Amino acid sequence: MSLWSKHAIFEKNSIILVIGVLIVISIGGLVEIVPLFYLKSTIEKVQGMRPYSPLELAGRNIYVREGCYNCHSQMIRPLRDEVERYGHYSLAAESMYDRPFQWGSKRTGPDLARVGGKYSDEWHRDHLNRPSSVVPGTVMPAYPWLARTDLDFAHIQDDLKVQAKLGVPYSAEMIANAMNDVKIQATTDHADVTELEKRYLKAQARDYDGNPQRITEADALIAYLQMLGTQVDFKLYDNKANIR
Amino acid sequence: MHQTNALPAKAITLSEAAAALTFAILSFSSLIVAAMAHTSEYAFHAYLFAAGSLAAVFAIIDRYYNRPADKPALMIDGKPNYNMGPVKFATVAAVFWGIAGFTVGLWAALELAFPVLNFDLPWLSFGRIRPLHTSAVIFAFGGNVLIGTSFYVVQRTSRARLAGDLAPWFVVLGYNFFIVIAGTGYLLGITQSKEYAEPEWYADLWLTIVWVVYFLVYLGTLMRRSEPHIYVANWFYLAFILTIAVLHLGNNAAIPVSLFSPKSYIVWSGVQDAMVQWWYGHNAVGFFLTAGFLGIMYYFIPKRADRPVYSYRLSIVHFWSLIFLYIWAGPHHLHYTALPDWAQTLGMTFSIMLWMPSWGGMINGLMTLSGAWDKLRTDPVLRMMVVSVAFYGMSTFEGPLMSVKAVNSLSHYTDWTIGHVHSGALGWVGYISFGAIYCLVPWLWNRERLYSNKLVEWHFWISTIGIVLYISAMWVSGILQGLMWRAYTSLGFLEYSFIETVEAMHPFYVIRALGGALFLAGALLMVFNLWKTVNAQEAVSPVESALVPAE
Repeated sequence: MSLWSKHAIFEKNSIILVIGVLIVISIGGLVEIVPLFYLKSTIEKVQGMRPYSPLELAGRNIYVREGCYNCHSQMIRPLRDEVERYGHYSLAAESMYDRPFQWGSKRTGPDLARVGGKYSDEWHRDHLNRPSSVVPGTVMPAYPWLARTDLDFAHIQDDLKVQAKLGVPYSAEMIANAMNDVKIQATTDHADVTELEKRYLKAQARDYDGNPQRITEADALIAYLQMLGTQVDFKLYDNKANIR
Repeated sequence: MHQTNALPAKAITLSEAAAALTFAILSFSSLIVAAMAHTSEYAFHAYLFAAGSLAAVFAIIDRYYNRPADKPALMIDGKPNYNMGPVKFATVAAVFWGIAGFTVGLWAALELAFPVLNFDLPWLSFGRIRPLHTSAVIFAFGGNVLIGTSFYVVQRTSRARLAGDLAPWFVVLGYNFFIVIAGTGYLLGITQSKEYAEPEWYADLWLTIVWVVYFLVYLGTLMRRSEPHIYVANWFYLAFILTIAVLHLGNNAAIPVSLFSPKSYIVWSGVQDAMVQWWYGHNAVGFFLTAGFLGIMYYFIPKRADRPVYSYRLSIVHFWSLIFLYIWAGPHHLHYTALPDWAQTLGMTFSIMLWMPSWGGMINGLMTLSGAWDKLRTDPVLRMMVVSVAFYGMSTFEGPLMSVKAVNSLSHYTDWTIGHVHSGALGWVGYISFGAIYCLVPWLWNRERLYSNKLVEWHFWISTIGIVLYISAMWVSGILQGLMWRAYTSLGFLEYSFIETVEAMHPFYVIRALGGALFLAGALLMVFNLWKTVNAQEAVSPVESALVPAE
């Protein structure tokens, strides 16, 4: 049949085969990805979303380093049981500053999208140090080294700078104060706490790891966990307003 | 080759000089990076780069002194002078990484059953071990199988020597160096935490260079072919190489914090990053674990069964529809998330349509046996490859099923996903790879036959029992978990706390680990068999086998 013999052009010319493959594999990706960058309905308009404070960002980077996404999702689906178990379903807006996103794909442990404020700092400390001490039957590994290791935030300014380049609204003031903001937020009743709160709305400042002498990785990770999912006030959130 | 009396003056080639110089510069600059590195883990990697590049310089010089003055002939007595050295290396590397990857997988499975095995050590904790397992089996084992077989198949079906002199060696050695950087990085806590794309920016850059050279070697060999048609297996290999390049670049677009820091931030964020990630993630399955291994199927099954491919037309339809539809399927990993509904619906629709080309490929592979079904009784290697295609059919039916939103609302986030992946990975990818390796080792080392067919039988049955235990344990635990999460009491309260659902998984995690142990045991039998094949038999003179025609 003539149509089949036309295929010979791909079989006899490697470059035409290469071009053919490239065209065919481009279509799906372009259709699904490109509109997400310009359709306004993709990311809801919400109030309260701010970039991570330097301490929270450092904590998030530890979350990333330890591969927490392997067992914990950060994406509550709009299903009855999930909303009742974890809280309001997750909005796209809530991860708009997440690089990389950490929605995850597996719940060996529970979802963490709204874990902020659910447990005390002390619970988190015990849990990270020895999970079975607060959750008998858990299969989570222990992370005792977090509370033992000083947080390395010597280059935290560079992290903010790169994120600012990528479009995260970190101001020059935030970048300039990054190192200091880590110290303010990891200290209970720091003199400059209002400065921090001005830069980062609702930022909670205290000694998270129960060891006021040091700023450890546990300070950063718990600070991150305690703010997860707390930024958008769902009493004020109007879902209808986002139907565009 | 015998040297003639009139020896031409041996001169270093431009590519040798350029490569040696480049590696020398890379070695020196790696030392500078190591000295200024922000973290000791990154300094360790910089030293590895320095040592690796230095070794490359020495290897190039050493090779220059030992090689004949002339370039290797493309043809000897009218027969192609195949370059099988890199193929041999990739085959050995595949077997090595396979055992390593299965072992780490078994360890990760045991950690979930018995968390004490994390030993409170950072580098042994599940969050770092699990990416090590997935990367070791997919990219180290699977990647070496793909590079090795593709270099073998493209030479054989083109009747041409592999293009490039140093380039093919750069591909196999450079790729395995990437594996070492990626794997040690995870253990040291260097990761992007993007699933199946964990390596950080500098490893990604290195892989990009290796991959471009891989593409050029492959394409160069195709262009040298003395056959008029490009054989169907090569279409699949080519689609695999090209698409993985596109996906890798798209998903890993990142800006490093500093040249002296391993940390980078992804250019995409939030919902867009999620879409790009699963466009990548699903097509790592579609093009790395499917298209590439279909290339293996289209060469090794006809070859082993000594039958032509069942239908030439079906392979054309199968090829174009598979690569077109696969790219759309990514959003089924994001059902009911904050990804817009229109994208989820597209993902689900195309995933269901994908069932057809997948089964078209399965039919084409299985029906190639027509007229040779009796060989399944006598040839355990062929049986392994045919069962592999059957597993392919099963998991490409399960996949579209799980992409239906209603099913996915139950299956997502549970072990069902893990079971599904493993029916494809252990059954399809594992078995077709083992089959290809069982074929390749006697061919490459010029041995008449495998050391023992009986051991292949044992390998087959032990690992089949392992796979069945694995996937059925995950079906039960996954569905149980999904149902427990959504169970309500008669008073309208959630019936189970999360930890109760975790505790319910324990017996299935033990069974899963047992299945994994059996799969590993089977693979160890293979290693023994291959070792004996090469070392306990005399080499025979190579037999020039007939070519499988394109139609």
